[in-house]
Amino acid sequence: MLIAAIIALGVGTYSMRLGGVLLRGRLKLSGTLQRLLPMAAAALLAALAGTAALMAGTEFAGVARPAGVLVGGILAWRRAPFVVVVLAAAATAALLRLAGVP
Amino acid sequence: MRTVQRTPADRALRRDAGTIAAAMVAVGASFGAITIAYGLPTWVPFLMSTVVFAGGSQFLAIGLLAAGNPLAAVAAGLLLNARHLPFGLAVADAVGTRPVQRILGSHLLTDEVAAFTLAEPDPARRHRVYWIIGTTLFTSWNIGTALGVLLGGATGDPDALGLDAAFPAALLALIMPALADRTTRTVALTGAAVAVLATPILPAGLPVICALLGLLTVVRPRRRAALPPPASAAPASAGPAPAAPAPAEPSRAEPSRAGRAVGEGSPAPGDKSHLSGAVGADPGARSGTGTGAEGGEGRC
Repeated sequence: MLIAAIIALGVGTYSMRLGGVLLRGRLKLSGTLQRLLPMAAAALLAALAGTAALMAGTEFAGVARPAGVLVGGILAWRRAPFVVVVLAAAATAALLRLAGVP
Repeated sequence: MRTVQRTPADRALRRDAGTIAAAMVAVGASFGAITIAYGLPTWVPFLMSTVVFAGGSQFLAIGLLAAGNPLAAVAAGLLLNARHLPFGLAVADAVGTRPVQRILGSHLLTDEVAAFTLAEPDPARRHRVYWIIGTTLFTSWNIGTALGVLLGGATGDPDALGLDAAFPAALLALIMPALADRTTRTVALTGAAVAVLATPILPAGLPVICALLGLLTVVRPRRRAALPPPASAAPASAGPAPAAPAPAEPSRAEPSRAGRAVGEGSPAPGDKSHLSGAVGADPGARSGTGTGAEGGEGRC
């Protein structure tokens, strides 16, 4: 049962990945839709970042994590290198937790 | 074509990939360790990290599997991963055209791979970005999983290292250039707000998909302006889209835009009129963008 569940999850996930990729070749997207697609992806990624930054499960994530993401976000907005953004976000959250901030 | 652009851009790409890969190793290790701590068999984390390869759903699923609820594990995991379908649509061209590339490459698709791929401005390079990031992350995730199984609790808590803040920040950094385009920014921020607000109410996975509602912000102004002027022009005869409204108001965009820029932007009218045309124009010029600065650009 365990192995069946894992395989089912794997196959299902792969089908959605492959489905999207193959569907793109089948669909003749109009110019407008082609313009919307990257926007849709940006919305999904922004939503992932937003929910991961602010929420833990269905509750608010506390202070340290959003603060770290905020620092990273400001650095990213100021065109800091990717490595700097990621390290600064992690360091901020880690140091805040070290200081006892949840 | 491949070897020409290799050195500088690829070096930067590999450095960025290495950053995210290091974080993936640490989180993968935590996944491996937690799975063993739950009392699940040793092969479970290995099978999951290779066959499922989607971090969030793996954490979610092992919790439910350990609680003896495999059906819920599959259902919740699939719901969480449903976003990969629109991601697949968005990155399809980068995956490749040969069937082998699509069959193998699709499995490498994750949030981070999609973000890296779409952050690459040159469409010709996206194929390379997709595969470099995809293989790097698949490898690092599985190495991390193995380390976690071997070392157990000794790998430590990724939250203590702040890695839970690192991943959202990485996504932010990757979508930041796209957010320079005002329409995209509105769509993305609206979508993110909807997702955050929906998180306490809806089961995991759905809130992020609800972010697609952010696209509705495009629909309204677009209808007022009938059609996007520059891009679609070519297949005018073939497409079902009616070309009728176009001549009716041909002069709407340029004069009004120019007028606005001149009228209100007396300090630096030149800058803004350039920006409003090109989506990809270097956003470095507009570091002052708060919400307040937006008025100067074209409305659509």
